[in-house]
Amino acid sequence: MIEVQGLSRYYGRHRAVDGLDFSIDSNQVVGFLGLNGAGKTTTLKVLAGVLMPTAGTVKIDGHDLNDAPIALRSQIGFLPETPPLHADMRVRDFLEYVAELRGMSAEATKARLGIVAEQTEITDVLDRVVSTLSHGYRKRVGIAQAILHQPKLVILDEPISGLDPAQIVEMRQIISGLAQDCTVLLSSHILAEVSQTCDRILVLSEGRIVADGTEAELSARVQGGAGIRLTVRGTTESVSATLDDNESVEKWNVEATNGDVLTLGVTLTGDHREAVVKALSDAGLGIRSLSGDDSELETVFLDLTRVEAT
Amino acid sequence: MNASLTIAKRDFAGYFNTPWGHAVIAAILLVDGLLFNAYALGNSAKYSTDVLNEFFYFSAGTTMIASVILTMRLFAEEKSEGTLLVLDTSPVTDAQIVWGKFLAGFGVIALLTLLTVYMPALIFVNGKVSLGQIAAGYIGLLALGGATVAIGVWSSSLTPNQYVAGAVGGIVVVLFLLAWMLARIADPPFEAVLSYSALYDRHYQPFSKGEINTESLIFFASMTGLFLLFSTRNLAGRRWK
Repeated sequence: MIEVQGLSRYYGRHRAVDGLDFSIDSNQVVGFLGLNGAGKTTTLKVLAGVLMPTAGTVKIDGHDLNDAPIALRSQIGFLPETPPLHADMRVRDFLEYVAELRGMSAEATKARLGIVAEQTEITDVLDRVVSTLSHGYRKRVGIAQAILHQPKLVILDEPISGLDPAQIVEMRQIISGLAQDCTVLLSSHILAEVSQTCDRILVLSEGRIVADGTEAELSARVQGGAGIRLTVRGTTESVSATLDDNESVEKWNVEATNGDVLTLGVTLTGDHREAVVKALSDAGLGIRSLSGDDSELETVFLDLTRVEAT
Repeated sequence: MNASLTIAKRDFAGYFNTPWGHAVIAAILLVDGLLFNAYALGNSAKYSTDVLNEFFYFSAGTTMIASVILTMRLFAEEKSEGTLLVLDTSPVTDAQIVWGKFLAGFGVIALLTLLTVYMPALIFVNGKVSLGQIAAGYIGLLALGGATVAIGVWSSSLTPNQYVAGAVGGIVVVLFLLAWMLARIADPPFEAVLSYSALYDRHYQPFSKGEINTESLIFFASMTGLFLLFSTRNLAGRRWK
């Protein structure tokens, strides 16, 4: 779906992106994770055809950015951090304008507009002027314009920035829904967001990819294991008997107790969550909850961006 | 071309979605009307053809001013508000974008010009003028408007600040206006080039007197094409900056 080879992008003498190589399959949600200035937005803008690469090649669905930029752009929907909306237009008029620009017929636009409005939950504001919309609705209209023409690749730059918690949850649902029809690339500097939304994470630092994989793979790469937090009903002894000699577990500790309910911090040797849960369950321990260890994810991110960039 | 028309329709409507476009057009028409009454008609008796000649004289000025003011936002505003990304990510060429912007600006100037027709028509109340002179004058106004709109589109493509764009566009138009003066102090071959470039003095004046000058029409068309080409170059350059 996406093939990037040796992609570099300079602004004058400043090197924003340095020799990126990666490929992405269809219908994946892939997150670009990095600190501010890591090169995320520049990379996404090149993939969207907004900027041309200084060096390297970008192919999307077989279309080369250097040779066929118009054909490439017809396959893409792009939502930058600030949605590019004409404030003086009504939402419906704006979306019809975008559809016409992308070569859609009036009939196709009419049919698609209803579907997209429902998908992005903007049906109620279709006849409102853009300037009267809240930030959350502007983001949704921004997504609507990006997916209206049924692109094969949707690129979202910081899609949750500026949204309140309720809007963030809604946006996650919208993004998850998009992956059924197309490939989604998004950028964020918020770890939890990328880990919750994306199938795969590319960590960027100083314009280079310093890590590529799932959250658990990245965690394993830095720490030798992924961190999880388990709440179980049982005794410390029975947990010890199950986990001490378990090959999937690097180390574990009891973080808190509440009667016979234990909160365990477990570091895995890889992405072996299912195996650990099964072992505990087979030992007669009641699994009450399992979650990723966000504090460890923070550490993974900082380790990747600090250490591997040097 | 379809994409250009789509862009032109949106931008043309954009002039009337806010009070700004209405205000500029109303102000230009007001100035046109006042000048027609005070300057062209005046207090003394005049030949109708002289009244018409003077109408086209000041209309050239207001058309050029309107062109610069109305076009300064075309690209600059989109750049400053980030909406140029809608065009940047659409499957349209930079030339189509520039043509769309030009057609929107020229459409408003053409509308503005059309709305002044009542003034030459008033001459018929107490006088007699040739319809040919009126037609020639309006052809000249539209040709001049096209060239100055193209200059405005180009200056707007240079910067995200529409006031800077307006200033640059205004300066370039004034330079073309004053080219005949510069020609007097320049040495050959620049003297000939500057003399030929005199927007008003050499190329517009014949139209206001009722002459349709093919050479001048070619000049205006070439100038329009040249500045639209420059605009396309500017626009293409932003993808590489």
